[in-house]
Amino acid sequence: MLTRTAAAMALVLGLGWSSSAFAQETVKIGVILPYSGPFADAANQLEAGIKLYMQQNGDEVAGKKIEIIRKDTGGPAPDVAKRLAQELVVRDQVDILAGFALTPEALGAADVSAEAQKLMVVMNAATSVVTEKSPYIVRTSVTIPQVNYAFGKWAFEQGGVKEVYTLVSDYGPGHDAQSSFSKGFTEAGGKIVGADKTPVANPDFSAFVQRVKDANPEAVYVFIPGGAQPAALGKALADRGLTPPNVKLFGQGELTHPEALESMGETAKGIITTYHYTLERDDPLNNEYVKSYREANNGRSPDLFSIGGYDGMHLIYESLKKTNGDTGGDALIEAAKGMSWTSPRGPMSIDPETRDVVQTVYIREVKEVDGKLQNVIIHEIPDVKDPLHGAK
Amino acid sequence: MISQLAIVLFDGFAFGMLLFVLSVGLSVTLGLMNFINLAHGAFGMLGGYVAVTAMRGLGWPFLAALPAAFLAAAGISVLLERTLFRRLYKSGELNQVLFTIGVVFVAAALATYAFGTVQQVIQLPAWLRGSVEVAGLRLGTYRIFIIAVALAITGLLVFGLERTRLGARIRAAVDNQRVAQGLGLDVEKIFAVTFALGSGLAGLGGALAIEIVGLDPSFGFHYLVYVLIVVSVGGLGSVAGSFFGAALLGICDVAGKYFVPEIGSFLIYLLLVAILFVRPLGLFGKR
Amino acid sequence: MTVEAPTLADPHDWLRRRSRWSVFEIAFWVASLLPFFLFQTYLPLASQIAITALFAVSVDLVLGYAGVVTLGHAMFFGLGAYSAGLISKAGWGEPLTGLIIAGLFAGLVGYIASFIIVRVQHLALIMITLGFCLLTYELANSMSWLTGGTDGLQGVETWPILGVFRFDLWGYAAYGYALAALFLGLVLSRRIVHSSFGLSLRGIRENVRRMPAIGSDYRGHLQKIYTISAVMAGCAGALLTQTTDTVSLDTLSFQRSADVVVMLVLGGTGRLYGAVVGTIIFMVARDQLSDMNPQYWYFWIGLLLMVVVLLMPRGILGSLAQLARRRD
Repeated sequence: MLTRTAAAMALVLGLGWSSSAFAQETVKIGVILPYSGPFADAANQLEAGIKLYMQQNGDEVAGKKIEIIRKDTGGPAPDVAKRLAQELVVRDQVDILAGFALTPEALGAADVSAEAQKLMVVMNAATSVVTEKSPYIVRTSVTIPQVNYAFGKWAFEQGGVKEVYTLVSDYGPGHDAQSSFSKGFTEAGGKIVGADKTPVANPDFSAFVQRVKDANPEAVYVFIPGGAQPAALGKALADRGLTPPNVKLFGQGELTHPEALESMGETAKGIITTYHYTLERDDPLNNEYVKSYREANNGRSPDLFSIGGYDGMHLIYESLKKTNGDTGGDALIEAAKGMSWTSPRGPMSIDPETRDVVQTVYIREVKEVDGKLQNVIIHEIPDVKDPLHGAK
Repeated sequence: MISQLAIVLFDGFAFGMLLFVLSVGLSVTLGLMNFINLAHGAFGMLGGYVAVTAMRGLGWPFLAALPAAFLAAAGISVLLERTLFRRLYKSGELNQVLFTIGVVFVAAALATYAFGTVQQVIQLPAWLRGSVEVAGLRLGTYRIFIIAVALAITGLLVFGLERTRLGARIRAAVDNQRVAQGLGLDVEKIFAVTFALGSGLAGLGGALAIEIVGLDPSFGFHYLVYVLIVVSVGGLGSVAGSFFGAALLGICDVAGKYFVPEIGSFLIYLLLVAILFVRPLGLFGKR
Repeated sequence: MTVEAPTLADPHDWLRRRSRWSVFEIAFWVASLLPFFLFQTYLPLASQIAITALFAVSVDLVLGYAGVVTLGHAMFFGLGAYSAGLISKAGWGEPLTGLIIAGLFAGLVGYIASFIIVRVQHLALIMITLGFCLLTYELANSMSWLTGGTDGLQGVETWPILGVFRFDLWGYAAYGYALAALFLGLVLSRRIVHSSFGLSLRGIRENVRRMPAIGSDYRGHLQKIYTISAVMAGCAGALLTQTTDTVSLDTLSFQRSADVVVMLVLGGTGRLYGAVVGTIIFMVARDQLSDMNPQYWYFWIGLLLMVVVLLMPRGILGSLAQLARRRD
């Protein structure tokens, strides 16, 4: 406990980024995140990714010092996000807007980026439409259709499943996940035998799980927000015997994040998920990344938010190098378009047309490796684009 | 069909019992002392974190972590009651609301500081995991456990209030504070004991809830709404009211989501408005 | 909350005297123009403070004056916000008419709800207002074809005010617009609370049972003030939509309902300016503290609330006023 507290204090002290670089020209980056409220964990993980990148690569790029200004939105609050973006631009005179864990907040701030002509790096918000709201937006995370559409196709073609029951959270990302998975799955020839939506703030899943059981499907596809719900749903499914090998269980990566796996235990074996980042992927770059991340964060493992922040900083650093320190929005976005690099998540690039991320989609299965439950990659689909851009 | 109905009733009842343990304390303190303690959920959170620390940090078994959660929440609550809350008994309800919301803010910040924002998990002992087959129905073992704990608590509370000296004193203080004081009862002490008991139960509820709904620093706010609904629907100061109120809400919530999932999220609130409109004092409210 | 007894000679004269503008009030409104000249970079914050203050004043009318404790006023704020957004999305982005329509719609819902509200008291009242608010939230979430669900309503575009003042990046137009609305809202509220109608509301607050006995139609009065308050809250919500071009579910949330009550009680209930002062203090403190530490700022806010309750039980403005009276 004592060491924990000491480490926590060190963390707090360490967060006091230096802002005393008057002698040198600075590049100011305004980071807008929900540091407090129900999504605080996403913000913290994302910020840890940003910090790790800066720790590894220094805080100086193209002869300029990088300065971070952090702003808290306190939950999904687009009006606050927009105001903070305005203030960052007019008061703090930031050069780049970054962060944005939540879609509504990214959409709220997009206007400011367009009007002020500032590069805006979306490090998480995963709804397709986000990048279309301003010509200065670039995304380094993932879109929900990107991974789930490909996953739906795979489930029929290689997963060998003909019929699926879908169970998703009743909100934007859940709807996106359901529609893109179903689209990929039915286009390939599969059939959706039932679909339910659970309330977002859902403390008890038993009723929905019972509905699934009544339908007695061959496989179940679920999408729920990260945090407490994956473990709760996993256990509710296990209670009804709705876990592999009885029933195939598909989901997006949140379902089997490390805490959820620990909580679900044995029953998690055989769950198949799709994601753009896999913690256990055996690759020198990723191993190094995970190791340093854990060292800097009390042993906590990186997740999708962390990698979004980490790669977002990489994009900013590389764009600044390309423009030789020019922080104009037009110069930076031109530099970012088409950029490609190898990240701990694998090869990725920025689509020059949509400014959205193009990357490998991983299909993973929960297996026991050396006595520990892990997401083991069973299939890779390279260079996947978001299927919705330009589709409408 | 019958078996599905039975399953739904069972799950709803188990969820209701979890709500009951979390909220019965607030019902008693609100009814007894007229003290609006919105920090009640924060004591639940405290209990949860104590259980997590005991199990993960100290390696205690689950059954030892539960009483620890109860005692820690009870102890800290009585400390706060003696030093801070008692100053507010005479001030208006709005000041109580403002003050206890302040407490929730502080508690959430402290929890974030000490434990981080990560979701806490615990590993239940093997005998509480999985499910058992009873008369052809698969029932979750942990849910059976929760129901058993809640029934035991209800029994103890009803017995304690009806049959013991302390119970008689508490009832006397609830019915008429002035007369009780005039008869030589130490009402302040009775208040402190009741407050500790109520918060302790919240702490126990918080520990029991980790497995079903998880635990993070926003727990205190998140479950406040559910707790308030149970308390108001059940009726202030009534153990039986909280019991039936919580059971009704749990069952209707689960049954609603099962049979009419389209309006599953509305049902609990519709029920709240309807019940309170017809019976403003709640199902078992006396005053 | 003592109200000096009206002299029997001329009650109207007494009411008129009470409603005279004080030096403090005039000074306050002059000071409210300062951000235009001294703190231009804080104009976006100032405009959101003015909007929230209008919302808090609307709650003060029902809570502070009529004693209707509500934990669900965000319902009207959100309804106003969504109506303004939907009108704009449908192609009519003119702000003033949008504001009026949004306010009237929220008022209509408030009038319908008031039939239930006036029939319950105490905890049941609080919980029913909360229940209505949560129901509206769930409704907005499930009607995502209309509201955009959790992503928020997209495609809101507000035209320049009077066709001249465009909503700019600095927030000049936004603050001017919000401040004007707050001023009008306060002038209107002053008239209401300093009228005989306002007096009967206080009567209801002090003793509900006695009001019918003296021949006052207390339910009618309550319905009236509840509806007026809903209109005002709806206007505040519409202002937020129009000045930010965003609408999201969080305008309807329990959090927003609770926050506004916290700000009102912090400043002091039943004195209109308490709502404004409480909002300013809460939001400025939040802004400054979260700039210093975005992760733990609410620790200090919580402490602030606790200290204010212990040291200033009548709220900040209420306790200051009491102090000033004692000096006299």
